[in-house]
Amino acid sequence: MQATLALEDGRIFAGEGYGAPGEALGEVVFNTSLTGYQEIATDPSYAGQIVVMTNPQIGNYGTNEADNEAPKPYIEGLIVREFSPVSSNWRSERVTDEYMERYKVPVLAEIDTRALVRHLRTHGVMRGCISTSDTNVESLVAKARSIRKMDGMDLARVVSTPTAYSFAAEDSLAETGNSLLPDNTSSDRSLLHVVAYDFGIKRNILRMLTREGCRVTVVPAETRADQVMELKPDGVFLSNGPGDPEPVDYAVKAIREMLGRVPIFGICLGHQLTGLALGGRTYKLKFGHHGGNHPVKNLRTGKVEITAHNHNFAVDPESMNANDVDLTHVDLNDNTLEGLRHKSLPLFSVQYHPEAAPGPHDSNYLFHDFRKLMDEWKR
Amino acid sequence: MPRRNDIQKILVIGSGPIVIGQSAEFDYSGTQACKALRQDGYEVVLINSNPATIMTDPELADRTYIEPLTVAYVEEVIRVEAAMMTPGAGKFALLPTVGGQTALNLAVELSDSGILDKYGVEMIGARLEAIKKAEDRLLFKDAMVRIGLEVSKSVLVNNLRDGLDFAGKIGFPILIRPSFTLGGSGGGIAYNREELMEILSRGLDLSPVHECLIEESVLGWKEYELEVMRDLADNVIIVCSIENFDPMGVHTGDSITVAPAQTLTDREYQKMRDAALAVMREIGVETGGSNVQFAVNPVDGRMTVIEMNPRVSRSSALASKATGFPIAKIAAKLAVGYTLDEIPNDITRMTPACFEPTIDYVVTKIPKWQFEKFPGADDTLGPQMKSVGEVMAIGRTFKESLMKALRSLETGKKTGSEELDPRRLLQRLVTPQPERLNYVRFAFERGMSVRDVARYTGMDPWFLHHVCEIALEQKQMAEQNAESITPAQLRRWKRMGFSDERIANQWGLAGHDGIQQVRELRYRHGVRPIYKLVDTCAAEFESHTPYFYSSYDEEDEAPPTAKRKIIILGSGPNRIGQGIEFDYCCCHAAFSLKDDGYETIMVNCNPETVSTDYDTSDRLYFEPLTLEDVLAIYEHEASGGAEIGMIVQFGGQTPLNLAQRLRKAGVPIIGTSPESIDLAEDRKQFGKLLEELSIPQPAGDTATSVEQALAVAERIGYPVLVRPSYVLGGRAMVIAYDAQEVARYMTTAVEYSSDRPVLIDHFLEDAVEVDVDALCDSRDVVIAAIMQHIEEAGIHSGDSSCVLPPVSIRATTLDVIRDYTRKLALSLKVIGLVNLQFAIQRDDSGEDHVYVIEVNPRASRTVPYVSKATGVPLARIASRLMTGRSLQELLPDVVASGKDLDPGSHFYVKSPVFPWGKFPGVDTVLSPEMKSTGEVMGVAATFGEAFAKAQLSAGQTLPSGGTVFFSVNDHDKPAAVRLARRYVELGFQLVATEGTADALESAGMNVERVFKVKEGRPNVVDLIKGDRIQLIINTPRGQDTIFDEKAIRRAAVLARVPTITTIAAAHAAAEGIGAMQSHKTTVYSLQQLHPLVAARS
Repeated sequence: MQATLALEDGRIFAGEGYGAPGEALGEVVFNTSLTGYQEIATDPSYAGQIVVMTNPQIGNYGTNEADNEAPKPYIEGLIVREFSPVSSNWRSERVTDEYMERYKVPVLAEIDTRALVRHLRTHGVMRGCISTSDTNVESLVAKARSIRKMDGMDLARVVSTPTAYSFAAEDSLAETGNSLLPDNTSSDRSLLHVVAYDFGIKRNILRMLTREGCRVTVVPAETRADQVMELKPDGVFLSNGPGDPEPVDYAVKAIREMLGRVPIFGICLGHQLTGLALGGRTYKLKFGHHGGNHPVKNLRTGKVEITAHNHNFAVDPESMNANDVDLTHVDLNDNTLEGLRHKSLPLFSVQYHPEAAPGPHDSNYLFHDFRKLMDEWKR
Repeated sequence: MPRRNDIQKILVIGSGPIVIGQSAEFDYSGTQACKALRQDGYEVVLINSNPATIMTDPELADRTYIEPLTVAYVEEVIRVEAAMMTPGAGKFALLPTVGGQTALNLAVELSDSGILDKYGVEMIGARLEAIKKAEDRLLFKDAMVRIGLEVSKSVLVNNLRDGLDFAGKIGFPILIRPSFTLGGSGGGIAYNREELMEILSRGLDLSPVHECLIEESVLGWKEYELEVMRDLADNVIIVCSIENFDPMGVHTGDSITVAPAQTLTDREYQKMRDAALAVMREIGVETGGSNVQFAVNPVDGRMTVIEMNPRVSRSSALASKATGFPIAKIAAKLAVGYTLDEIPNDITRMTPACFEPTIDYVVTKIPKWQFEKFPGADDTLGPQMKSVGEVMAIGRTFKESLMKALRSLETGKKTGSEELDPRRLLQRLVTPQPERLNYVRFAFERGMSVRDVARYTGMDPWFLHHVCEIALEQKQMAEQNAESITPAQLRRWKRMGFSDERIANQWGLAGHDGIQQVRELRYRHGVRPIYKLVDTCAAEFESHTPYFYSSYDEEDEAPPTAKRKIIILGSGPNRIGQGIEFDYCCCHAAFSLKDDGYETIMVNCNPETVSTDYDTSDRLYFEPLTLEDVLAIYEHEASGGAEIGMIVQFGGQTPLNLAQRLRKAGVPIIGTSPESIDLAEDRKQFGKLLEELSIPQPAGDTATSVEQALAVAERIGYPVLVRPSYVLGGRAMVIAYDAQEVARYMTTAVEYSSDRPVLIDHFLEDAVEVDVDALCDSRDVVIAAIMQHIEEAGIHSGDSSCVLPPVSIRATTLDVIRDYTRKLALSLKVIGLVNLQFAIQRDDSGEDHVYVIEVNPRASRTVPYVSKATGVPLARIASRLMTGRSLQELLPDVVASGKDLDPGSHFYVKSPVFPWGKFPGVDTVLSPEMKSTGEVMGVAATFGEAFAKAQLSAGQTLPSGGTVFFSVNDHDKPAAVRLARRYVELGFQLVATEGTADALESAGMNVERVFKVKEGRPNVVDLIKGDRIQLIINTPRGQDTIFDEKAIRRAAVLARVPTITTIAAAHAAAEGIGAMQSHKTTVYSLQQLHPLVAARS
């Protein structure tokens, strides 16, 4: 099956199609993780995006239910150098090709992915179109240009859960007892109640909270602060999610209203929203951070954590009020702000992904910090 | 934490000679460490016994000691260096983590014996407790259990009975791993009691602490390795993950390995990463690089820790080359206090070294074995490493990198000519052997399924799927031909990694012409490789390091520059006869020509080397050294239009074999012309040249049949030296004493044809052999060194100890040698280096006759040794000569005086190191076929002491007293009498077999008689086993005594009794023992021996 990628600036890559036939439109971003293509594909933060994996061999170990970060893939399309038609791993339940086909994700393979990555690095992320049906270059480029730009787009609302639901250690998706997933070992601690805003939440975040002895109520993105406070949470969690933080003003408002009333922990989009709620600004990065090897320095301990990233936007550190806020984490590659903590109120957030999945576990401790913050607040 | 300012001086310990399990990778790591530490302003002192290394170049350290790596000599270096320190200016530190297991073991000994404390030396890079915890099997196991990691069930034993008991409990097969040995020496898999007893007793013997770990077998599990770095602030990063293609059971050094890991889900990989971090912290490796090995059960993912090395290792070298992350350099920086976030990433310049490299290509490493050199050696692969070198290849996909790695191996066999026996297919799939991958392909060609092959081999189906695709595609190739093939299809094959040679072979296009046809077809269709960058970050950031690999992909990232450029062809995988010495020469060419303003471009495929460091040359192409790949690089670089030249004479035989074809393809080869190189190899033309110059050579001729060979041998007189043409390291070369042996050789030992005849020469018995290295610019000749061999002619020069300056050659004879050298160098129009071998035979009237044995107009194995002994960097000068500069300009004084380069007032002895210990059962006798893997150098004011030092460095500790066993052939008996007398004077007792004893007794000496093995017991082997003999002098006597001699030598290897097989070497040993008895331990730094060198650097 022939397949073509057209970028909005007219650059064309022709290769082989796998997965689902058809067309995909989205912002093209690259991810440098060597492992974890399934987690990446199912991370709702990738909604609206076509992902290029820099690792040239993708699909090798198949797919399995436990590695899903959401019930289905959120990426619009996948671009790889070589796509494995077979899977080899004891955990594999379905060959990656079948998986992508089943969930209607087109895969473009056999193109020079490195050339594409260099193009995006130089010219910044851009919109693109993958098609297995249309081979007319001009029409493909036109399609790429036709989609809305990510800037100013509120995708959190789109991917969020329509209704609230709860998640606890007993939940089948927590899969406690699976030695590869976070273990729930905190039975001696009292169970805390966390309300988690779902802007595109990853399943492993829920597992990590569960591991810290929390039962979690996941609520839709547009839930108001008073509705959350009615649930009597011990803490509020602000999840990751796709798109631009600025149009998510309803959440910014909610955060402002909860500030100081309940411990808050934000990740990724949740961090950006926190930044906005504290009066800061966000901006779009040229080609974003997407990968599992970013060095982030914890400015409080001086230690470097190797971390998983997935963000196109960031909080401008200059815009933060230094009297209220400590900048706690910084990316050593490009000095992007990666974490902040309020000096007096129970609130902290990080731009990157301490829940990993995929990625290193160096920053898992942040969930523990959140638990401690909630425990202290309770006393 | 910034640089430690409380340290003044750092001692770096090297890894000694190249041996199986410890190869050039430690030259790479030591060199990087020395450079990094000096850049940081520390005074660096280096000790290493291996002169062939870049690290022992006088420019790399403040003082360089080429001395034995023993406690006594290192202590002396420490004593001398401590005395030279400025009081109050800082501490003396020791960095033991870049010199392999040798350096680590030595550091432990130095520490345990209180020497480090005595001189106030601080160990940096690894703490003693950490080393012990990682190396001591029991401590390690406890530590792993403590942090909740699984290890295989195992028990540590120091006797046979405990081992048998444990085996009784857990069942066979069972793994035996001796403690503290390198490359898994002495390890093995036992399938029954008998094998367990054999392997365990050998293992206990080889372990310096007389201890072995007996372990539950995890045969067939998947094997992984993580390269980890940690700094003083407890930042830990994984540099690279490696997955073995061969499952558990094969030593990782003998496994095909792939980076990054291919078949782990993120969940599994992160679990492994967490484990590696926990291991680093628990073992307490505070700074530097380590590797941790894991086994994973493919059925349920159960993961166990196999082992960890708290030092830079072979896999660190591989990981460095695979990712572009300079592990050894960073490890050295961490050892002196820096943290990872304080060190910039050289490649991106903008980002710190504190990150985890990510790669957008696949790397495959394949080991290089040389069992053909050791008839009788067991070529089954197991827990003890047996390969002598390795190749690495980079491709965008696994298939591309695997196929590139395969052609990098230079097996010498024609592609597709593998002899595969269908009847042995199953056995060959099940039992790991060097040819296993060929059998895997063969199995697929015969229609076996991936699932079945996976079941037999234990290899992961994902890897096998790719091999299967390759095998089936190759099979289908034959259905196409040059006319029917479409450009798209051709491109697809090239993307899968098929070489032009393989395509030509499948199409039945013969020889080099066939390959050329495919190449031209490819060009017509516009199917050419492009070059991509190795950048540690998968193109996320802009990179500045010009480290490239080819791929049949779309975008090229290596546009040629406008600078004039020189391409240097490296020497490929390390092997016997072509080792690190050639890498040394290639690096020097790069260094000097860079200084001269050329853009230097290195091509090589050996990850262990300094030449494949990205900062050795201006550009590095990590590529196979085949005509196709080299030509592609040339054409790519030449397309920029800048002036360009190629050097082929530094990389040993590998580039020389390409020289003529490169020249024909229009590549400007600089230096000595390929025609001259060929002339020297062509017997007829070379004979004619010698005749014109009136230079004698041993009588000889060529033969292409048994009858012809016998006639030639008869005519020129026995003994004769027979060998195939065009070989390196004396492959398949033998000395035949009678017609029967010649016939046997011609019928069984060698292949020949009309264009590749067998060469037959009269063998000069009792001759003294001499090696000469010289420089020539086609106008002047400078003789760099005349080296006298310590063994007689007939033993391969690479296996012979030699001494510089010569100790017993008449001045007039030396002049004859000089004269011949000049004449030959000039008539061959040598530009660069030339190596000549002469034999000197003394006739009954006492007159010397000098014969030319061979001339090689290229860099020789002895170049680094001579450079170190004379203080003159020969390869640097030679490369400048190749670019048109002259000896008059570069060495004006020497040219004016007409003298040889001056080694000064000291003696420099080079001795070979053999891998006998790795191949039990193999005969240890020396012959015209080279068998040594590496070399050492001893330097001293007297010949005897220099020889003793060299022997010590080579692992042959000469006894200072005890009993000498003599058994010599009739021919050697008169000489043996003189020799025995000398040993008696030195205080030795004599033991001899009947004939030799008669001779010694009739000369008035006391001799204890002993039976030969065949005669009865107690025989000589019993004495050796009973520790009754400290030195063996045994000269070979041909067919009838072979059994006896083999048994003696084998027993000697096991009991580690030094064995000397020539009278000349026995004399040298006597001198050495004499020197040793005076009990002095003196050390010399190169900078002190050649003050001018020190001044230059």
